[in-house]
Amino acid sequence: MKLGIPKEIFTDEKRVAATPPSVHKLIDLGYEVIVEPGAGEAAHYQDDAYEHAGATLAVDTKSLWQEADFILKVRAPMENPALGLHEADLMKEGAYLASYIWPAQNADLLEKLAARHITSFAIDSLPRISRAQKMDALSAMANIAGYRAVIEAANHFGRFFTGQVTAAGKVPPAKVMVIGAGVAGLAAVGAANSLGAVVRAFDTRLEVKEQIESMGAQFLELDFGDEDGSGSGGYAKQMSDEFIQAEMALFAEQAREVDIIITTALIPGKPAPKLITEDMVKSMKPGSVIVDLASERGGNCELTEPGKVAQKHDVTLIGYTDLPSRMAKVASDLYSTNLFHLITELTPEKDGVPVVDMEDEVIRGLTVVNGKDITWPPPAPKSAVSPKPAPGTEEPAVPETKKSGKAAATGKVIGKLALLAVTAAALYGVGAYAPESFLSHFTVFVLACFIGWQVIWNVTPSLHTPLMSVTNAISGIIVIGAMLHLAQAENIAVGIMAFVAVLIASINVGGGFRVTHRMLKMFRK
Amino acid sequence: MSTGLVSVAYVVASVLFILSLGGLSHQESARRGNWYGVAGILIALVATVAGVTGGGLIAIAIAVLLGAAGGILIANRVEMTQMPQLVALLHSFVGLAAVLVGFAGYIEPLKATTGTEHTIKLVEVFVGIFIGAITFTGSLVACGKLDGRIDSKPLTLPGRHLMNLAAVIASVALGAWFLGTDSMTLGIVALVVMTLIASALGVHLIMAIGGADMPVVVSMLNSYSGWAAASIGFMLGNDLLIVTGALVGSSGAILSYIMCRAMNRSFISVILGGFGQSGGSSAAVDGDQSVQEISADDVCEELRNSDSVIIVPGYGMAVAQAQNGVSDMTKILRDKGVNVRFGIHPVAGRLPGHMNVLLAEAHVPYDIVLEMDEINEDFPETDVVLVIGANDTVNPAAAEDPGSPIAGMPVLEVWKARTVVILKRGMATGYSGVENPLFFKDNAHMLFGDAKDSIDKLVSGLRG
Repeated sequence: MKLGIPKEIFTDEKRVAATPPSVHKLIDLGYEVIVEPGAGEAAHYQDDAYEHAGATLAVDTKSLWQEADFILKVRAPMENPALGLHEADLMKEGAYLASYIWPAQNADLLEKLAARHITSFAIDSLPRISRAQKMDALSAMANIAGYRAVIEAANHFGRFFTGQVTAAGKVPPAKVMVIGAGVAGLAAVGAANSLGAVVRAFDTRLEVKEQIESMGAQFLELDFGDEDGSGSGGYAKQMSDEFIQAEMALFAEQAREVDIIITTALIPGKPAPKLITEDMVKSMKPGSVIVDLASERGGNCELTEPGKVAQKHDVTLIGYTDLPSRMAKVASDLYSTNLFHLITELTPEKDGVPVVDMEDEVIRGLTVVNGKDITWPPPAPKSAVSPKPAPGTEEPAVPETKKSGKAAATGKVIGKLALLAVTAAALYGVGAYAPESFLSHFTVFVLACFIGWQVIWNVTPSLHTPLMSVTNAISGIIVIGAMLHLAQAENIAVGIMAFVAVLIASINVGGGFRVTHRMLKMFRK
Repeated sequence: MSTGLVSVAYVVASVLFILSLGGLSHQESARRGNWYGVAGILIALVATVAGVTGGGLIAIAIAVLLGAAGGILIANRVEMTQMPQLVALLHSFVGLAAVLVGFAGYIEPLKATTGTEHTIKLVEVFVGIFIGAITFTGSLVACGKLDGRIDSKPLTLPGRHLMNLAAVIASVALGAWFLGTDSMTLGIVALVVMTLIASALGVHLIMAIGGADMPVVVSMLNSYSGWAAASIGFMLGNDLLIVTGALVGSSGAILSYIMCRAMNRSFISVILGGFGQSGGSSAAVDGDQSVQEISADDVCEELRNSDSVIIVPGYGMAVAQAQNGVSDMTKILRDKGVNVRFGIHPVAGRLPGHMNVLLAEAHVPYDIVLEMDEINEDFPETDVVLVIGANDTVNPAAAEDPGSPIAGMPVLEVWKARTVVILKRGMATGYSGVENPLFFKDNAHMLFGDAKDSIDKLVSGLRG
């Protein structure tokens, strides 16, 4: 089967879906590879390097699209202005496609692809599970974007990042705030930190605190009880109004203080949240920089102009949407490796024939069009934290256990009532029939039980062993009973029994106290 | 001495006993608490002897001195690791004493009783002997199990619950007969038969309980010995015995309750025994998982490069007598500035608080020995966790696998630390018989071998 690598036609897109090294590995999987002339030029991969790796160069754009059985691309298929045709229509009927597709935003494109029976894999729809990480192009690109965001900020910022004391005067370090600690945010934290800046980061998900701190930044925490913004699949969810107010107050306070703000906050399926208001921008020091990584989805800052660098209130607002493409070489390297892993998963036999296994969770998630059927959205993925049922347990067991739990609860209540009734009856019996002398002892007994109950709860757990041995020694008090009998014994058998009882009870007393003493002597600070 | 003075002395003794237990709330006051106990019992003894009108003072003096000397001698000789056995053995003495005093009280009552009072007294005799006999044989079996003389696996005879029930019913029937008869001989026969049944019941009850449940059993027997003393107190009409018995009884009951809660099991299920026989296979681990071995040198390296270390000891440390090595290692690491702490699970070991005593013996400062609840949230910030001979108490299946037989049991969450090193002899399961997925976690490393040898290697590695 022939894999086709076209040249990207999206404005300013410099990445390419396959590099010479990845072409080499793809050929090892049994595929032939055709490359459009100039496909890798913008990423500094020349045509002869592809040929050297074993690829054939196509005659022109049209012939590449028509010859290839499987197209590997970066951007989603779009109208080709030079040919006046949509890329989806350029493809062979029944071919395969792997690229970014953004199925949620591109319903028309899905229908177009399905109409032409093009089985399509959307690299952006990859399920976020550990096994799929090697294909996770979003993370790979986010990493690049985060790094590049810091570099762009440094480029527009008129000072050092690191603090310096020189003969010509002292320079304070730059203060950077990163909002959103996803892959891009963490990469930005790392890059800014290694340039020497003082870095703070904020995220609604409390679980990322450690990750932020491990990258060398301070975690800005809202004192907000237990509200945690972790949504499914490692993304954040929308927060309550009070939380957002507190969050905005924090940003307003930080804006006055920091020199650079890098925002990366995105909520899946929603426009980017507006976190930096015009007032906050106004309050920033002149010469400050804001890099808005969410600008493609509207931006986290109210004043961001997507795709452009703007000067507002003496603050530079960077709204580039193509940061990964600005590092085309490394971005192409990583993206092509992601695609290579995808093709490897699709070609278990290494015979150059892709197999779409819809039972596989990863493949199922990626496949947005299978033949003529639109298969997006995929069924809800199994949550990573859902407990694995014990093997051999049938599913319907769940409601049953609930029922038995309920039965157990009712049983408990009945048991408690029964216990109460028995206690009441016993107390009544004691009160009604027992003689005076017994009742006074009974009073003492019950009170002593309660005193014991109160006292013992205060004992620290580390002293439980000494507690046992001391109570054991004290229970040797039974020696008194034995002594009374021994003193009065007339019958020789009783005498012997009482003597033995005194003896062993004394062993108990002596041994118990002695051993407790030994133990307690060992406890020391 | 007048009866009034004796009573006052008894009141003082009771107060001292309460103060003694209260003193154990803190390490600082614990030793004073022990002395309160000693004072209490001395006052009670002196008062009793002074109040005695008949002869037999010499016999009493011989028995008390002999017994006390013997007890102190045993207590001086015993190793700290044998503490559980000793405590169990001492419990059996209280049980036996209760049986003997009960018989003596029946045959030769201190004062004659009639009517309802007499009936009540007979019930007290009967109950006292019954509990005493169970405590006696049960404690002996527990002692044997703790000492390794008796296999610590639970003995599960078919129909064992029915047998226990039959024994209780037979005892109740005997009791009814005992109350009905006027003949002393027949009464003694009934008492002897009941004692035999109760003794058998005691053996059987404890035989059915597995080694891991021993902390519960020992504290339960502790409680029984208290109740036995209390019922003898009723028989004799002696308030001091009643107070003391009630204190000890409730103390043991609370300890048992604490232990059961720490294992997320009901008291009943522990007493009925047989745990660890069923459900061992339900938490099957995927076949292709493998453990990562680590060498002692690598562990030394890890320890040297860490800021905070938590050591989680279990019964394995006690068995291997590794506590002194552990203490040395702690000292070396603390001198290097490493924050070393200990995390103790409530049911680690075979007695409540067993690990604390062993570590105290090895001179580990008690302020770095923390309870599960105090330390559990610190694991995520910990570099290295050393698990020494603990298994079920660090099993993540309890928290993560609802199908596991130990599901819901609170455990030390060691797997949240950066690295976990498990010192273990082999891949055997713990007492609960449940597979431990901890060993297969990515951050878990196994250091196989006897705990003492491994610790000694670590100590010399860290010194070098």
